[in-house]
Amino acid sequence: MSSFPYLSVLTVAPLVGALVVAFLPRSRPELAKWLTLAWSLGILALTVALWVAFEAGGERLQLRESYPWIPGWGANFTFAVDGIALVMLMLIAVLVPIVILAAWHEADASGRSVPVYFALLLALESTMIGVFAAADVFLFYVFFEVMLVPMYFLIGSYGGAKRQYAAVKFFLYSLVGGLFMLAAVVGLWVAGGKTFDWAALTQIDMSTGTERWLFLGFFLAFAIKAPFFPFHTWLPDAGGVAPAGAGALLVGILDKVGTFGILRYCLPLFPDASRYFAPLALVLGVIGIIYAALLAVGQNDLKRLVSYTSIAHFGFIGVGIFAFTTQAGTGAVLYMVNHGLATGLLFLVVGMLVARRGSALITDFGGAGKYVPILAGVLFFAGLASLAMPGTAPFVSEFLVLVGTFTVNKPIAIIATLGIVLAAAYVLWMVQRTVQGTPNPALAEVEGMRRDITLREKVVVAPLIAMIIVFGFYPKPITDVINPAVQATMQDVGATDPAPTAITEAAK
Amino acid sequence: MDELKAPSIDYAAVAPILILFGAACLGVLVEAFVPRRARHAVQLSLALLGTVAGLVVVVTQASTRATTAAGALAIDGPAVFLQGAILVLALVSLLLMGERKLEAGGAFVPQAAITVGSDADVRQAARAPGLTEVYPIALFAIAGMLLFVAANDLLTMFIALEVFSLPLYLLCALARRRRLLSQEAALKYFLLGSYASAFFLFGVALIYGFVGAVDFGSIHAAAAESDRDPLLLYAGLAMLSIGLLFKTAAVPFHVWTPDVYQGAPTPITAFMAACTKVAAFGALLRVLYVGFNGLSWDFTPILGVIAVLTMIIGAVLAVTQTDIKRLLAYSSIANAGYLLVGVLASGEAGLASTMFYLVAYGFTVLGAFAVVMLVRDADGEAGHLSRWAGLGRRSPLIAGLFTFILLAFAGIPLTSGFISKFAVFGAAIEGGQTWLVIAGVISSIVLAFPYLRVVVMMWLSDPSEATPTVSVPGVFTTVALTIGVAMTLLLGVAPSLLLDLTSGAAEFVQ
Repeated sequence: MSSFPYLSVLTVAPLVGALVVAFLPRSRPELAKWLTLAWSLGILALTVALWVAFEAGGERLQLRESYPWIPGWGANFTFAVDGIALVMLMLIAVLVPIVILAAWHEADASGRSVPVYFALLLALESTMIGVFAAADVFLFYVFFEVMLVPMYFLIGSYGGAKRQYAAVKFFLYSLVGGLFMLAAVVGLWVAGGKTFDWAALTQIDMSTGTERWLFLGFFLAFAIKAPFFPFHTWLPDAGGVAPAGAGALLVGILDKVGTFGILRYCLPLFPDASRYFAPLALVLGVIGIIYAALLAVGQNDLKRLVSYTSIAHFGFIGVGIFAFTTQAGTGAVLYMVNHGLATGLLFLVVGMLVARRGSALITDFGGAGKYVPILAGVLFFAGLASLAMPGTAPFVSEFLVLVGTFTVNKPIAIIATLGIVLAAAYVLWMVQRTVQGTPNPALAEVEGMRRDITLREKVVVAPLIAMIIVFGFYPKPITDVINPAVQATMQDVGATDPAPTAITEAAK
Repeated sequence: MDELKAPSIDYAAVAPILILFGAACLGVLVEAFVPRRARHAVQLSLALLGTVAGLVVVVTQASTRATTAAGALAIDGPAVFLQGAILVLALVSLLLMGERKLEAGGAFVPQAAITVGSDADVRQAARAPGLTEVYPIALFAIAGMLLFVAANDLLTMFIALEVFSLPLYLLCALARRRRLLSQEAALKYFLLGSYASAFFLFGVALIYGFVGAVDFGSIHAAAAESDRDPLLLYAGLAMLSIGLLFKTAAVPFHVWTPDVYQGAPTPITAFMAACTKVAAFGALLRVLYVGFNGLSWDFTPILGVIAVLTMIIGAVLAVTQTDIKRLLAYSSIANAGYLLVGVLASGEAGLASTMFYLVAYGFTVLGAFAVVMLVRDADGEAGHLSRWAGLGRRSPLIAGLFTFILLAFAGIPLTSGFISKFAVFGAAIEGGQTWLVIAGVISSIVLAFPYLRVVVMMWLSDPSEATPTVSVPGVFTTVALTIGVAMTLLLGVAPSLLLDLTSGAAEFVQ
């Protein structure tokens, strides 16, 4: 194992970049953009090195670093990753440069400082890496809350109409969950004898009542963040007005903090309570799948539609986690990655279309494929990936979730399968009304619609498309890393697999 | 008849109090003998020097744990710590009071007695330099606060209460702008404050009736051992608490706060929000932890309800405010609620966390009012929130600092506000007061909204014609603002510095 402090450097580096970029003069936007891109690529390289240093079959938490912070409270700067956190870090490192490139001109028209926009993106990356890399509950909480601040300003300052409302709603919703989690963190700290160390906290004994209350405190925060039904209403508003780059990060990564938090904190720290509340979580997940899909079908705003699809997908992830089988768990984690790729792509493509048309309303499009054929094709592909078409990466994960759930809970699995049908409905209908069919005569008047996909945009979508296809056929690099972590998590909960070997079969 | 013997006094231990009183008296002489032109500089230097000297002596007394003056004063861990806190915060407040660059002649009226709106008033508002008596008056208040947190019997405590309250009533009336509002504030504060003092004194009388003494040691012993009907004791404690809770601005004794905070000259508002809070909670801690700790089972539920009301009502009413000073006033009420949670947590953790909270909040609130002083137009400070729209475009630095301060108030991590909330909530759960934490969490959510609204105003709204300019701060305000923000950040990132100090100081002598 390397002694290089990967995780702390990874957490701090984007922040340093953010500070540098923030203090660039407003008159040099190009410099800020290139510097941000170069910086994020450097971080990607470092993350690749981190991936190499990680031993897939080794200990559960690796690359541990710990520095004292508040000795009186037992709070430390402790970083460590398991397989789940590792793939999320990789996802962040891959998505951020893509998003930066996609958001190249996004801040230009806002009338606000361009360097600050890119500095905020880097600051957001720093907090996102921190939240996945932390192995100290206090540190995790700090990142969990601080993450709100850059996102708040990204949505609030650079978003579309009604951005103030959406930004405040986003902040307050997250804060509600965060503050209840704060109470639970304090409770956990007292119950655990004043330590925040994750490994130590998994060992403590709590009374059943305490455990359940603490679980609920954490779960509420994560359910709002994810978001699960019925805590989801902030996402369509925030996703609807967020600039496409920030929006892609919002649904692609930020929301996964919720599901990651459940896997890392709720399940191992409160195993009994997790089993107790699992039926509730499963039901919420299934309702989310169906309800959000129905709402997605009815959306006339492309960005809101994508946000609703995202909520439906998080229902799947929730079901996968709380089914308590390794198969479903692996599927859920894989889903977290694939959703980041597929929905991220969808959000970015939609952003490109919206930027051209100057409107996100589906009724303002119609037959757009005639003007921008390649872009329309990409949208179609992103849609297929999003509805989990076989051959795309999300299919593998959705299939694993359903199969893993079916072995233990047939009704839930069967209802969840309905979600696939609805997914086909909202995606195909959206594609049909936007890029196919009779061309909307108004489109011919729009200057932007005469320009098909640009080179920059090709560079943006190409890696995502490639990864979606590659991982659709060969998810092994990811499953190898996440399998041990998922198995360990399921052991923490005390779940036994009815068919523990099926996972390798499906993964191959 | 026995000869009256003077009690022995540990002069080193009480030196900070004496220094401040001495400096205040000297200030009165300065007012009489130093020519008018030089007065401001001399008075300000004297006040700062006196405060620094007091602070130095406090630091040398850090390890003193003794009662002195025949048991009237307890110079122990909490007393020394809180005295140090009051002096540091007062130092920053004095800087704000000394600012004369923002407005010709400073924030204080030259002659408070002149009728508002008369020709003489117009003349003085335009030209004359402000009162320099504010510095000795403020020094008296500071000295009274130092005495207040060290008082070990109820009579000394009452005297200290009056010594620091009367100067504050006066200071509130001295605003240069909006003088009627300022005078109204002072009168309100004075009348209600006098009622509160009367309650306090009546409580002392009842307790004396039960115990036969007024020192906390005897009260503690009598509460534990006496087999008389404790009704007198309870009634006494209730009245005592009313007097103290008035000063801490807890609901339902808070109604003066918004008016007084709004009307008083902003440096004085800052001074009250930071230092008076420390003093009032210091005394409350001593009363509850030393004198009445045997009764904690009886008073905790009642004070708990008051804490919950304070948090919730402070937060809810903050939402409806349209004036920045009133908003900060309600926020200070809600913060009094969080502090009460710390007080009721009891034990060493409760004491330490409350003291930490007091210092952390003090610095943040000083920074906040320093910003309020800066945002102004031709009519003085632009208090109405709508006027703050688009400030982030006009002056990103000041708006950025204020945003940071608001995030600290909202309890976002990496600010002292988060650490102090965590400390009091942790102490409360440890002390078995989980319900207070739940209420605290809920009120924090509500309270986040008004802060966020100001952030939205500053950054997400576009500037309008009415957006005031931010005045270039003088060196004093700059230093005060820098200290406030820097401490908010420092205590949020490296809180161990102060946490160790508070937990080391968290023990009263009996």
